Amino acid sequence: MSIEISNVGKRFGDFVALDDVSVNIPSGRLTALLGPSGGGKSTLLRIIAGLERADTGRVEIEGVDATGLPPQKRNVGFVFQHYAAFKHLSVRRNVAFGLEIRKRSKDDIRRRVDELLALVHLEQFGDRLPAQLSGGQRQRMALARALAVEPTVLLLDEPFGALDAKVRKELRDWLRRLHDEVHVTTVFVTHDQEEALEVADEIVVINEGRVEQIGSPDDLYDRPANEFVMRFLGPVTQLGDQLVRPHDLQLSTGAGDRAGVPGRVTRVTRVGFESRVGVITDDGQAVTVTLTRNELLALGTEVGDEVRIRLAPESPTTTSTTPAQSAPVSLTKKFASAGGANLTQTS
Amino acid sequence: MADRLTAARTPVGHRPGRYVLRTVVTAYLFFLVAWPLYLVGRNAFAGGSASFQDILTDPDVTHALQLTVVIAVVAVVINTVFGVGISILLVRYDFPGKRALNALLDMPLSVSPIVVGLALILVYGGRDGWFGPSLEAAGFQIIFAVPGMVMATVFVALPLVVREVVPVLQEVGDEQEQAARSLGANAWQTFRRITLPSIKWGVVYGVVLSLARSLGEFGAVKVVSGNVLGDTRTATLVVEEKYLNFDKGGAYATAFLLALVAVACIIVVSVLRPKEER
Repeated sequence: MSIEISNVGKRFGDFVALDDVSVNIPSGRLTALLGPSGGGKSTLLRIIAGLERADTGRVEIEGVDATGLPPQKRNVGFVFQHYAAFKHLSVRRNVAFGLEIRKRSKDDIRRRVDELLALVHLEQFGDRLPAQLSGGQRQRMALARALAVEPTVLLLDEPFGALDAKVRKELRDWLRRLHDEVHVTTVFVTHDQEEALEVADEIVVINEGRVEQIGSPDDLYDRPANEFVMRFLGPVTQLGDQLVRPHDLQLSTGAGDRAGVPGRVTRVTRVGFESRVGVITDDGQAVTVTLTRNELLALGTEVGDEVRIRLAPESPTTTSTTPAQSAPVSLTKKFASAGGANLTQTS
Repeated sequence: MADRLTAARTPVGHRPGRYVLRTVVTAYLFFLVAWPLYLVGRNAFAGGSASFQDILTDPDVTHALQLTVVIAVVAVVINTVFGVGISILLVRYDFPGKRALNALLDMPLSVSPIVVGLALILVYGGRDGWFGPSLEAAGFQIIFAVPGMVMATVFVALPLVVREVVPVLQEVGDEQEQAARSLGANAWQTFRRITLPSIKWGVVYGVVLSLARSLGEFGAVKVVSGNVLGDTRTATLVVEEKYLNFDKGGAYATAFLLALVAVACIIVVSVLRPKEER
């Protein structure tokens, strides 16, 4: 067990950032702390790094109690969202910083820095100042700097948050490959569920200072523990009192088909390869169904058609705690009991 | 980066309005600052370089000039060390009474230097000061001696370094410092390798302003120095003395030297500064 967090609590004034959080982060894996902004995930990361002190609880890193240790004694690498590049130092000196502090020999430092610059593909930028690098290059430099001290754990706080979408995606792939190469225990914070699902071995979902669920990306996506996780990890739509994924719903038009919830198509929108079909059930509930282009063509539905909605077998669902959202008033008569009591769930 | 963007966005106003504004500002500065300063220079050289030779060969004046430089340098060193320390305290830490401390720091700018001098005498005065007699008994004379003059100078120039460094510290933020800590640097290493280089120009500017202010301090020093010729008389006091004794040439020459050093400081910094900023 690499990082063991037990019963950690942290308040900022009246605001509870972390409420009795316990998580075990396994060695050598790439773990994502996923959750909405202000949910406490960055605070947890900073507590692991020692940049923030927990009010209560314990943090153990590789079997060493780190609760009271200052950051410089924890041997963690930390990568900040806004790079935190040392602006007055060249890229080389930035990467060498931790080694210089540790009083390594000049030759050692030079060798190690060369290695790291090669690892992050910045060999030819060594003598530049951070201001002369692009955002993606700066973040790679920050990563090399953090890796230089051979940290027991590498912590990244929204590492790609300040980058544009394309660079973000590249760096995401690159981080995954880098991790497969260096195998250092890595924890990164993100609010982007796609990023977490794509990169991480394990995801810890944190919301309002509490851990909602811990598991592999597949676990979380296929077996969400609660409504929050279900909603946060992907698109949802509500059918009766169940939250389901729009792409797990199927439509049928056959007149003889008795299964499923009857409704009427109100809208068909095509977004690239997928099509979103808006359906109003006979109970007045607005449901979104996502179909592929081919499915839509095979079905041949148009606005105004009568359809039946069914949930594909073994699809993840959670019970919604919020009342079913009723359709926009302009599309339907105001519906008094929005609950869809006569829903028959088929599976 | 942001401030450069703002600077580039020149307001699209009425052209005549802009010229009027420019003329008014230029005229204002000319009559208030440039012309009087120029006249000091012209009067100093009215008799050729004779006035300068006179004052520079007068041992009392050279002693006063040396004393001024010594006091200014000591005061600047003290103000720099404490100024940077106080700035870091104000920006990086939260503590009760922070606002009060902040307000207290502006006091020296708002209180008349002569009041500062009197206040120091009340505390450190050798005969009936609050703290002075016991110090004097122990062999430390503060008032009517160099320590008191340094204290008075430190007091009046106190906020200058702080007010230059605080905004720079705020702008730099503490992420670089946190990064340094996580890379293994202790507090002192972080300060020396990361914080100090990033606030360097704020410190330099504060030092120059303090130096200029310290060289020119008059009121507070006059009260606490006792103005003893050849002993505790500083350059500004010499200017007054010579002026009152109708030695206008000597007064203007000394005044010119004082102004020259201050102007030189500011020119040196403004020449250096843009080169460093990207």
